[in-house]
Amino acid sequence: MIHSLFLINNAGDLFLEKHWKSVISRSVCDYFFEAREKAVEPDNVPPVIRTPHHYLINIYREKIFFVSVIQTEVPPLFVIEFLHRVAETFQDYFGECSETTIKDNVVIVYELLEEMLDNGFPLATESNILKELIRPPTILRSMVNTITGSSNVGETLPTGQLSTIPWRRAGVKYTNNEAYFDVVEEIDAILDKSGTTVFAEIQGVIEACVKLSGMPDLSLSFMNPRLLDDVSFHPCVRYKRWESERVISFIPPDGNFQLMSYHISAQNLVAIPVYVKQNISFFETGSSGRMDITVGPKQTMGKTVECLVVTVHMPKVVLSANLNATQGTYNYDPVTKILVWDIGKLNPQKLPNLKGSLSLQSGAPKPEENPSLNIDLKIQQLAISGLKVNRLDMYGEKYKPFKGVKYVTKAGKFQVRT
Amino acid sequence: MSASSAFIDEKGGSASEPEYGHDPASGGIFSSDYKRHDDLKEMLDSNKDSLKLEAMKRIVAMIARGKNASDLFPAVVKNVACKNIEVKKLVYVYLVRYAEEQQDLALLSISTFQRGLKDPNQLIRASALRVLSSIRVTIIVPIMMLAIKEAASDMSPYVRKTAAHAIPKLHSLDPDQKDQLIEVIEKLLADKTTLVAGSVVMAFEEVCPDRIDLIHKNYRKLCNLLIDVEEWGQVVIINMLTRYARTQFLNPNINESLLEENSEKAFYASDDEEEEDKKDEVAPLAKRKPYVMDPDHRLLLRNTKPLLQSRNAAVVMAVAQLYFHLAPKAEVGIIAKALVRLMRSHSEVQYVVLQNVATMSIKRRGMFEPYLKSFYIRSTDPTQIKILKLEVLTNLANETNISTILREFQTYIKSMDKDFVAASIQAIGRCATNIGEVRDTCLNGLVQLLSNRDELVVAESVVVIKKLLQMQPEQHSDIIKHMAKLIDNIQVPMARASILWLIGEYCEHVPKIAPDVLRNMAKTFTNEEDIVKLQIINLAAKLYLTNSKQTKLLTQYVLNLAKYDQNYDIRDRARFIRQLIVPTDKSGALSKYAKKLFLALKPAPVLESTFKDRDHFQLGSLSHLLNAKAGGYQELPDWPESAPDPSVRNVEIPDWSKCTSRKDRKEKKAEKPFYSDSDGESGPTESADSESDSGSGSESASASDESGSGSESGEETESEEEEEDEEEEKKKKRKKHLDKTKAKKPVEESTESEQSSGSEERKRGRKAVKNQKSASESESESESSESGDESEDESEEESESDTDIRKKKTPVSKQPPKQSKKESKKETQEMSLLDLDDFEPAPASAPVTPVNFMSSSLVSDLEGLSLTDTILAPTTITPSGSIKMYELLHRITGEGLAVEYCFSRQPFSPDPNMVAVQIQFTNNTNSETKNLHIEEPRLQCGMRIREFAEIDVLSAGESVTVVMGIDFCDSTQAANFQLCTHTRKFFASIQPPVGELMTPVFLTENDFKKEQGKLMGMNEISEKLTLGEKCVNEHVIVERVTATANLSRVPCGSDKECRFAGKTVSSGCLVLVTVSTKEGGRAQLTVNCEKMLIGTMLVKDIMQALSQ
Repeated sequence: MIHSLFLINNAGDLFLEKHWKSVISRSVCDYFFEAREKAVEPDNVPPVIRTPHHYLINIYREKIFFVSVIQTEVPPLFVIEFLHRVAETFQDYFGECSETTIKDNVVIVYELLEEMLDNGFPLATESNILKELIRPPTILRSMVNTITGSSNVGETLPTGQLSTIPWRRAGVKYTNNEAYFDVVEEIDAILDKSGTTVFAEIQGVIEACVKLSGMPDLSLSFMNPRLLDDVSFHPCVRYKRWESERVISFIPPDGNFQLMSYHISAQNLVAIPVYVKQNISFFETGSSGRMDITVGPKQTMGKTVECLVVTVHMPKVVLSANLNATQGTYNYDPVTKILVWDIGKLNPQKLPNLKGSLSLQSGAPKPEENPSLNIDLKIQQLAISGLKVNRLDMYGEKYKPFKGVKYVTKAGKFQVRT
Repeated sequence: MSASSAFIDEKGGSASEPEYGHDPASGGIFSSDYKRHDDLKEMLDSNKDSLKLEAMKRIVAMIARGKNASDLFPAVVKNVACKNIEVKKLVYVYLVRYAEEQQDLALLSISTFQRGLKDPNQLIRASALRVLSSIRVTIIVPIMMLAIKEAASDMSPYVRKTAAHAIPKLHSLDPDQKDQLIEVIEKLLADKTTLVAGSVVMAFEEVCPDRIDLIHKNYRKLCNLLIDVEEWGQVVIINMLTRYARTQFLNPNINESLLEENSEKAFYASDDEEEEDKKDEVAPLAKRKPYVMDPDHRLLLRNTKPLLQSRNAAVVMAVAQLYFHLAPKAEVGIIAKALVRLMRSHSEVQYVVLQNVATMSIKRRGMFEPYLKSFYIRSTDPTQIKILKLEVLTNLANETNISTILREFQTYIKSMDKDFVAASIQAIGRCATNIGEVRDTCLNGLVQLLSNRDELVVAESVVVIKKLLQMQPEQHSDIIKHMAKLIDNIQVPMARASILWLIGEYCEHVPKIAPDVLRNMAKTFTNEEDIVKLQIINLAAKLYLTNSKQTKLLTQYVLNLAKYDQNYDIRDRARFIRQLIVPTDKSGALSKYAKKLFLALKPAPVLESTFKDRDHFQLGSLSHLLNAKAGGYQELPDWPESAPDPSVRNVEIPDWSKCTSRKDRKEKKAEKPFYSDSDGESGPTESADSESDSGSGSESASASDESGSGSESGEETESEEEEEDEEEEKKKKRKKHLDKTKAKKPVEESTESEQSSGSEERKRGRKAVKNQKSASESESESESSESGDESEDESEEESESDTDIRKKKTPVSKQPPKQSKKESKKETQEMSLLDLDDFEPAPASAPVTPVNFMSSSLVSDLEGLSLTDTILAPTTITPSGSIKMYELLHRITGEGLAVEYCFSRQPFSPDPNMVAVQIQFTNNTNSETKNLHIEEPRLQCGMRIREFAEIDVLSAGESVTVVMGIDFCDSTQAANFQLCTHTRKFFASIQPPVGELMTPVFLTENDFKKEQGKLMGMNEISEKLTLGEKCVNEHVIVERVTATANLSRVPCGSDKECRFAGKTVSSGCLVLVTVSTKEGGRAQLTVNCEKMLIGTMLVKDIMQALSQ
């Protein structure tokens, strides 16, 4: 299956290699570099590249290309999903998955890769098992390690690998038993020029942070489970119970994990929290343009819209922007041609406005299309779909846990066409 | 941060090296490198673990960066037996990396691993095997082989899993070992643990994917284990099973595919053709047998379906492709939602999913139509994703949605991403060719694009317009003219070539312009691209043939230019055309036909998706993505014409010698055929949990075996959706059977039993209604009579006892034969009290085992039944005395109308998830009550009601009984509704006792224990109690429990314990009850149920019943 893995940074430096079968020369990456060059944008590198003897399947994450070498038929998603899992594991271990952290922790990275794959076939990908095998580095531990010479590798062999619930380790103990759930909803929408919704849907996830002792068995129920149209679960969730009673019943992994993701059925009308009035025009002569954007609240259910950011991918010919923002700050990067207007909190009394002129490359024809606006926002304490957690019950343990549910609505791929 | 310091150290040390991947061994041996390695060696030789660790970390950092550290091999390999676990692990990493290069030295480490293989700790054994098998040294192949074989029969499933992992390693090292390895695979395939399943199937796929015969016996087990296998294993197993199913089952769409072809043809063909077609098609269709899905095929589809909810995209895709390739057309739709969900994932995942959706959407457009908007394109999508989305949108376009799609396309054309714009224009072209109604609109739109400022856009439009015009050139000569004008401005070769071709082809429509264009082109001929040159020659030739007067010289000129062109294709073409069109003495017969050759009517091009017919590759595979066969790809076989023998998947009765006690063994053998039906039903859904190594093996074997016995018990394993019809069918069958028994009324029946049934009739006949209990009972028993026609010879004794019980009006039921034979008469009597319940839908086909158990009383029952013809009509059923009646409406509040209800404990046939409630109306007034019906049910979320048919008239003093169904959703919440007569409305509410929310389930003792094992922990509620005074023996306990809850007794060897099993009506969760009696009237009650609430309430109710 997966033969080798190469990590390559955005500049094209190969900074880590790992082979699970016999060694494959890193020259195989030349094919990748070729494709990388051709694609211009890193996003456009085809995930599967064919070379005379191998296939390269790669993902691009956190400015790193994970390039895996495949020799025989294997479902591409299998490899892609695994590579993402690797990236997530790094993130989990080192806080972020970047070239620096990987280089700093190269030995742990190597140990992890060794455990995650055996002969190219995934062996242990559950973060709980891995953490028992190889302890994640903490500042305290690394200090202790340097003094005492003890190691990061777990002395005990993980039992999780052998149990029916590989995602939870045995003998968890906390003094404060707590379980927090974050219901995070994202609005994906496309609005057209006039502000009408072309397409809108709500995608949600429930992130959990469960720190409970022993073997708790939790069940989470919703006030309105019928809203949920399509769901996918962490393997710990008992699917049958969901089918029969719409209750999420599970023995949780220890720590942070994503309990479920869901999709709100398309029948429900999606509330669009903000409206955007915009007027972007480029003049036929004089190589300049005008821009005027106003953002206002639409359906916010009485909550405040925060962290409002408008991002505009300008046409290539726009050289600079001379604008005036009534609220927040704007920044135009002439290299990437991205204009970012960071508004912050939306004040319904005084609507934020960004107005001014754009200067274009002289002589170039005026751009045909107006750039579309990407909106980013956040509304605390609101699940825009109206989904509500009814109750959380715990069985199997005697103590009383501290429970909490938080709702957040964010803009997902929220785009306004102009 | 020791690790980081190691890395920085390395970096510092290697600063002198000019290149990143430079090999120190090649040039730096005598430089600082050598020295550095020297100190590493020193550290490795030291006694301090911390120094060793430091050294190993540095070495691993070197390996990670692809630097050569092979010269340290001897120093490192010495530490293989190091006590420090991290050092050890890092040494393993090093060893696996360099062993291939330093084979001799690597052998030094082997003995350590051999020792490790014998370690009492399973994880050490596993890790030793893992490293040993990863060392790619040919000499140790025999050692590896031996180790793998040994590990394959290890106690620990984890070690067996590692053995499965080692198989492909050895196979790639030495393919000659294949035969031996297949033996090991065969052995491991039979393993029943989820841990092993994924790994061994992976080994199977790598070593011997063509040995499909190895799968037969394990097929059902794999299907059943699937949901509990770890996610990566699931992908591999699902892919393998897809291939397997393609060889073993029949095409579920065999009939549809014919129809589909038919309709497709009808769509495109002219009318008369269509009729002919129909005649042709109808004949084979009629001949074809109705398709019946193999239960194993159904099993696979059913067990994979929940995995669509997996968080792992690869699993979802694997299930999706399985459904696409194997499911009946009507069921494939469910995968669409899951696939659309994956589109939210990372862009790489999107890319792969969209590729597959594109292929699927050609074959099954309807599937993705509801999700059209999910494929709308955002300006921030990467170009490759945009283009794939376009492809899908185009595939989904049809008459109804084309206007929305075109509106979308319009916005796409304005995008800044030019590749994407070009693709959008092509997409418009394809929509225009496929959908006739919008052709003109599209063409107009495209012509407008010709004035676009961007040349690429114009060029692409030209190419697409050319294709569209070819369909109906006559009406569009003005467009051709317009395009002729464009040739001066457009530089893109493909577009120029297209325009030239158009003018040449339709020169008759533009007679004035064409020669002029040729004149212009002749001027620039030498500077043109090759494809343009070819088209200029082409244009010249065509004009020469149609308008030689004006163009003769021009043509000659062009041909002369072409004669000396650098490109040999062009020279050849020129020579060839000259011979063909310019008549000379030598010119052959062909030149006469030149005009016909050049100006033949060309068929309009079909704009096809590049994804057409890609589905001959297994979807989701690498080969499908590349549209080319990748190495190691296993073809997806075509469906067989006729299904291979399905019995190959039957598993022979496992070796019972493994059983712990002889008694057990005996029981199992006796019970098995008996319960096999119910097992067959529960079998596929139960996921054989297999943690315990010993014992469970044989159990799950029996389970899979039993579910396996269903080769002829066909419909049992059919899906739930079909259950309802099935039930009806069964009912019919049952009825038929009843009639039959009636007809042949065995002579050998004892008169006694006849009498008993007669007297019973009379007793109950007072109410002029048949006793419901006996009806249901006989129903159930008629089922069993199906199963055992030879049941006439039954002990006199038993029939006697039965009749005894009858008189007491206690419910009677059939009983397991084993028990009846083994136990004393008294016990028999008790037993017969148990299962008032065998209302489980009878299997369509009877178990074949010849068991003689049907009592003669039963036969007499049948007889009794046959006296009234309406036995099965629900309206005539009244509750028997043993069932508790509840008041729904008191006579006084109801103004003379009294309503009582009871839980009949019968399955509610219109909907198996509902609890049947019998309602008895008694009219105590002096006048008729009319139009009795239910209105305005007010129900808790999820609850459902199926009302009874309206009762038109209830005359004074009469009573009538009806049955309604309520789905309580496994809760004891009341169902509220209004009971209406023609004059009044009464509020009524039915609240079920928890015991009525379940139906009995037949389990064997072993199944019971197994299920109980799965419902431990919080699902188990245990309570101590003191039995009431009257609970003197087992008999009473059983009676009390079954009266409280609708459960059936599980046969059990010990007389200290009574076990009961049932499942909740609505969701089918198992409810297991155990009452174990102790000295001095004390007892322990244990309830196992996944639903906590039900469990708790049930415990309370049973406690109360038992302690009274």
